[in-house]
Amino acid sequence: MTTETTRIHNIGYRDYDGPRLGRAYARRSLYSQSLRGAYGLGRSAKSKVLPMILFAVMCVPAAIIVAVAITTKLNDLPLDYTRYAIVTQAVIGLFLAAQAPQSVSRDLRFKTVPLYFSRPIERVDYVVAKYAAMASALFVLTAAPVVVLYVGSLLAKMDFADQTKGFAQGLISVALLSLLFAGLGLVMAALTPRRGFGVAAVIAVMTISYGAVSTLQAIAWSQDSSGAVSWLGLFSPITLVDGVQTAFLGATSSFPGGDGPGAGQGVVYLLVVLALIAGTYAALMRRYRKVGL
Amino acid sequence: MARATNVDDVTVIATESLSKRFPKVTALDRLSVDIGPGVTGLVGANGAGKSTMIKILLGLSPATEGRAEVLGLDVAANGSEIRERVGYMPEHDCLPPDVSATEFVVHMARMSGLPPTAARERTADTLRHVGLYEERYRPMGGYSTGMKQRVKLAQALVHDPELVFLDEPTNGLDPVGRDEMLALIRRVYTDFGISVLVTSHLLGELERTCDHVVIIDGGKLLRSSSTSDFTQTMGTLAVEVTDTDAHPDGTAALRERLAEAGVSVHAREEDGLPGAGHILLVEATGEETYDVVRDTVAGLGLGLVRMEQRRHHIAEVFRTDSAEATDVAGAPDASSAGITDPPSGPAAADQAAEASAR
Repeated sequence: MTTETTRIHNIGYRDYDGPRLGRAYARRSLYSQSLRGAYGLGRSAKSKVLPMILFAVMCVPAAIIVAVAITTKLNDLPLDYTRYAIVTQAVIGLFLAAQAPQSVSRDLRFKTVPLYFSRPIERVDYVVAKYAAMASALFVLTAAPVVVLYVGSLLAKMDFADQTKGFAQGLISVALLSLLFAGLGLVMAALTPRRGFGVAAVIAVMTISYGAVSTLQAIAWSQDSSGAVSWLGLFSPITLVDGVQTAFLGATSSFPGGDGPGAGQGVVYLLVVLALIAGTYAALMRRYRKVGL
Repeated sequence: MARATNVDDVTVIATESLSKRFPKVTALDRLSVDIGPGVTGLVGANGAGKSTMIKILLGLSPATEGRAEVLGLDVAANGSEIRERVGYMPEHDCLPPDVSATEFVVHMARMSGLPPTAARERTADTLRHVGLYEERYRPMGGYSTGMKQRVKLAQALVHDPELVFLDEPTNGLDPVGRDEMLALIRRVYTDFGISVLVTSHLLGELERTCDHVVIIDGGKLLRSSSTSDFTQTMGTLAVEVTDTDAHPDGTAALRERLAEAGVSVHAREEDGLPGAGHILLVEATGEETYDVVRDTVAGLGLGLVRMEQRRHHIAEVFRTDSAEATDVAGAPDASSAGITDPPSGPAAADQAAEASAR
């Protein structure tokens, strides 16, 4: 009868004999932790502010467009699904600049990387998880407004087949953009343990390359060499995406004169994008080869 | 269950002529050692190859030559499985300052393969066992060095490994923190049943904690033996006194008086350390030596600045070695070199000879 009331609490060490879920589970855990981290979830309130603001900034214009389209009973959206990410590229660049260093520079700076590698995961798991998490975070950021546009277009009773096709093209385009940007951002961030340098490097590469390419394109256009316009687009990330979607995803190009690459040139664009994605992945693998313990 | 039946109860770590050569240095040179369960100290000067050895044992760096087994698994082939059953506490700082200890250790537990609920439970348990209570919810940036070391230890233990590698766990701690950490390390084996391989460059602090000590130098095995072998002849006292008007050189006066009283004072003084030339190294034969020193100092009217058990620095192993080889007259010295007993086996003797030749 005393066993009910006088219980001995054993606070000594307890062995763990539950399941150990191994490498694949650890990789998934790292992925979800990094993805949540990109939006500040599971981190301090302060680190939620910027990503959440940027997410709102991405979605609000889409909501406004939808509201206008519904009230004025438009037959088509005033902005293409594929065009949205091009217009909001500054916001995407800012998100990448803030969150890519957050994801990888911190582990390098505070030397947490050895703790990961002293566990079941291997280098490839770390790189894949971080890459996938960054790409997913960008995809959430860029696909959300596209979804808003699509839902709005259906509410406005626009042509279903048309809108669905545009929506699908838009999703493919932002998926490609997310992969490309994530790779570029992570490579730049992983080169330096200093977060500030990472942020600056990402912003610089994104804006300088775009600024230079669009300036040269404008000059080429005014010189009537429209052939050069579409080749120049190969040299900045956002114009690469623009070129691919113009060639294959029915988008209208934002290049001067609206002349994007044709199907033949488009193949070159696509190859360059894929090579960049593969190249950034290889660069990350290489970067972490020496960061063992 | 594998734990109880396996042969690796006998040998936790086994290396066989393990070598690691870099283009310019040889970090490990044909190291063969068997380490059983318990707390094992891996002692060596900085750059002796301690960290390299841990890296190889974790399966993160391939050995140039030879082989090694951890918990019966080959390091070259089964790195991932080894790391699932082994914990590692690095020497350097590794904690992000903006995260709380709880969040951090939970994440690390999941990275070791623990399901979410188990990870949280084990984290709470482990942090309590290493002595971290309310502060575990605060960001780690505000922690003291002692608290940080505890979190580092907790993340190595959270998945209940069978063996942990602790790389210089007492680094940066004050004497009290050092003693607490050493006591904690002892408990990791006695209470938690987890074998420990702990590195240090201080032999003195390991002799109290470890069951077994492995000394390496320049990547070579210098000595591997149980700690009881060491402790027998480890009684050296460091004594420092003030000077007075009556005895302008208090140290010299004390040296003379102690010699008269039949206490052996080492001819060699500490050099290269603060207070060099003012510290006498006295051979302690037992409790009574303390009394003799105290009475002698009092009799001379000197002030006793300190009288402490000397922490044997690994460098001494080599210094006394060379002293023995060159200075035969310093007979009392030899007893202080207890840690450099004639090594067993011809190979070990070779190595010792090499060490003294340096």
